[in-house]
Amino acid sequence: MNKYYLGVDLGSTTSKAVIINEQDEIIGRGITNTRANYSVAADIARDEATYNARFFVLKKNLESEIKAKPEYRKYISDLESVFQYEQFRVKLDKLGDELLKTCNTFFKDDNQRNEILTHLRNIRKAFKPKIKHDYLYNDLGSKNQFFRDIVSEKYNEEVNKLDMALFEPLMTVWDKSISPAENERIKFDFKELIHKAIEELHLKYKNLSENTDANANLDAELIMLKKDFQQVSESLMKHIDEIADLEFNIENMTGTGYGRALLPFPQDCIRSEILCHAFGAHAVFPNTRTVLDIGGQDTKAIQVDKHGLVTSFQMNDRCAAGCGRYLGYIADEMSISLNELGPMAMEAKKDVTICSTCTVFAGAELRELTNLGEKREDILGGLHKAIIMRAMSLIARSGGVFNEFTFTGGVARNPAVIKYLTELVKENYGDNITINIHTDSIFMGALGGAMFARRNIKADLPSAKKGSVVA
Amino acid sequence: MATPKDAIKEKSMIIQKEMLTKQFQELSKAKELGKKVVYTFVPGNLIELILAFDMLPVYPEINALQSGMRKKSGGFIKDAEKMGHSEDVCTYVKCDIGMMLNGNIGPTGDKIPEPDLLLLSYTGCFTFLKWFENLNRLYPNAEIAMLHTPYQEAGKMTKEQVDYMVKQLKEEVIPKMEKVSGNKYDPEKLKKLLRNSVQSEDYWVKILQTAKNKPSPIDAYFAGVYYMGPINTSFRGTEECVQYYKELYDEVTERAQQKLLPVTPEGIIPEEKFRLVVEGPPNWTNFREFWKIFYDMGAVIVASTYTKVGGLFDMGYRQNPEQPLESIAEYCMGCYTNMNLPQRVDLIEKYIKEYKADGFLINSIKSCNSFSAGQLMIMREIEQRTGVPVGFIESDLVDPRYFSYANIKNRLESYFQMLEQRKIILQQETV
Repeated sequence: MNKYYLGVDLGSTTSKAVIINEQDEIIGRGITNTRANYSVAADIARDEATYNARFFVLKKNLESEIKAKPEYRKYISDLESVFQYEQFRVKLDKLGDELLKTCNTFFKDDNQRNEILTHLRNIRKAFKPKIKHDYLYNDLGSKNQFFRDIVSEKYNEEVNKLDMALFEPLMTVWDKSISPAENERIKFDFKELIHKAIEELHLKYKNLSENTDANANLDAELIMLKKDFQQVSESLMKHIDEIADLEFNIENMTGTGYGRALLPFPQDCIRSEILCHAFGAHAVFPNTRTVLDIGGQDTKAIQVDKHGLVTSFQMNDRCAAGCGRYLGYIADEMSISLNELGPMAMEAKKDVTICSTCTVFAGAELRELTNLGEKREDILGGLHKAIIMRAMSLIARSGGVFNEFTFTGGVARNPAVIKYLTELVKENYGDNITINIHTDSIFMGALGGAMFARRNIKADLPSAKKGSVVA
Repeated sequence: MATPKDAIKEKSMIIQKEMLTKQFQELSKAKELGKKVVYTFVPGNLIELILAFDMLPVYPEINALQSGMRKKSGGFIKDAEKMGHSEDVCTYVKCDIGMMLNGNIGPTGDKIPEPDLLLLSYTGCFTFLKWFENLNRLYPNAEIAMLHTPYQEAGKMTKEQVDYMVKQLKEEVIPKMEKVSGNKYDPEKLKKLLRNSVQSEDYWVKILQTAKNKPSPIDAYFAGVYYMGPINTSFRGTEECVQYYKELYDEVTERAQQKLLPVTPEGIIPEEKFRLVVEGPPNWTNFREFWKIFYDMGAVIVASTYTKVGGLFDMGYRQNPEQPLESIAEYCMGCYTNMNLPQRVDLIEKYIKEYKADGFLINSIKSCNSFSAGQLMIMREIEQRTGVPVGFIESDLVDPRYFSYANIKNRLESYFQMLEQRKIILQQETV
């Protein structure tokens, strides 16, 4: 039987899970917002990683067929999107119930309660189909994986359409409902859910074949599927059922990250995130000698040796300015979403200098600069540069950059951060430095963890060699 | 958090406690006994001279660290800040001033008498100068004597520097001591004290070197700061100091013979997993918690630089009773913080090699420039020269606001895991 290894990285902002095979190849990834309840966050990330792994195995099993028939590849990726939506839908229903429940208990005045209830029902009716449409037709699942972000954006959109007087009560209901809804782990039966997703997908294809107006921009594969989806489905069904029944034997696992001590893992399966990030980054880029990780609340500059083992590290101390949370705070201050920050900063025409090393003060400075007439994108450019300046100081403290440099962590998804980092690394350490940023950069800690889990079986570290079967 | 169980103590610690109790009791009766009180500093201290004049020493640094360990420093520091001392001022200074403002009660509960002489015996730390300027305002009647200690800029002491120090001792320090104590300078008495010092120093060095054993019977940092107490402060030169170190040496040698590991407040450390060299003073406010992290990880400190603030006896320095003032001058200039950075790097490198350390760790102190300046350079240099993994944590001497347990534990855990992984890989490579 194939053996798999799990790494869970419980960060301060997001929790990541990675499953690898015996060749250290990532076969499953899962990510979720870190909630107050750490073990729920870890479970959710892990569940997601195992679902993702099943799709990976499916694609692997059908490798040659997919090459020959592009409509197979399209069918499977569409199915994965719908599958994500199916999970999302269940969570959305839970949230809807929670909103109504909160409203019923919170408002004592009958009239007010009934008014809010009516609005809540309308909001729910309005955003559900929008989200479904974005999942099915606009690939929302691969753009943003966080339930809270997606729903809150849609909820806010609807609330903003209503009278100002309703803003506060509706947001109060939201604030009180989102955490309990998020903090519940919903156990899905993969097989049942995938069949539901297949039905939903077929409806989509059917809809496409009936609605000719919407077909103008369809790609070739979709046009084929529109006609032949029944046939494609029939040929794939056996394989889909096979991966649904597959038992994932997790041979060993490692927990890491800020919340690692809270993970329901044995003590000897817990590793420092510094070691895991370095190990993961080194696995992907074996010539890396310097790793920079910017996470939610800490920045780590790490030096590694040829084995991927840490030789020294420096971390921000006492202050988390310049980390992911800093960006979150700035996004809130500017009333834009976190994902928009980087692209907006890329528009900067000049770098406005931001002096504050304190997150809260930077917020004040931002308002002051806005009053002085500085452009939003220029200020954001300055803020992003300020983050990198802090990181550069940590890198210098850790010993500088040697030949190859890898950037990991959630913040590595931000294009402006990458822009300034590249600029400053080259400026300080020369143009010959290779800078690596991988699409999986946010998963490096979890990957390193999973790799430790695989190796530690041979080393004398863990007493826990108990395999556990993940449903 | 559960209340910690009672700390396990070594026999020598109990003896030391008795010595300190006696000392503080004597201090509280100084007036009745007709003894004069000298406030002075640990690095390069002139204890033999003070004792030769029958005066009693008080070390404000030691009072501050004791207050830190007794969890009183937080309040004292706040009181000093209320007086206008900034957040950035050395926390030893603020803690000491706060303690004086609160009646100057020592660790035994006895009042510490006011100074008759403020003896600034070490100027390598600029803060010391400012500290005593402040004490001078609090105690305007005290005499002041200042010994300007030249820094070992060129990495060695020159004859001119020694002459300069001796001149100051003869013309400034000794006359002030004669004036304050009312006693004449007696070279024979000083020589006798110095002879005792040499005996204590011989034992002390042998004790430190037991850490070369594998496993080490002592922790040369956490326990080292207790062991170093008598020799680095009030007792060097006395017969009871010789007795203390003889006792400690016997105790440690016996442990070494039985291959017993260091005694910690949590009990004997079960396994020596890592041998470390540590640079920088410890944190005093959370001393036991700090130590416990090392205990839990099986980390033993085999050599430390902090225990050398009172002199580098293990590098061969001994007082010379035949040339008392010259040798005192050399002692003053030879303390650890008076060495230049290349000398410090050489010393640490030597420790790592001779004590067969697996790693090098710096505890960088927010309020101590004498120690912290240059530490990143030291770290880089040691990493290059020895190849051992280096670690860096930050805390403070006695300001509890600067000890972040979660952060320090997180870094130390990472550091120890780094050492552990390295050991495994290196073992696999050599197989």
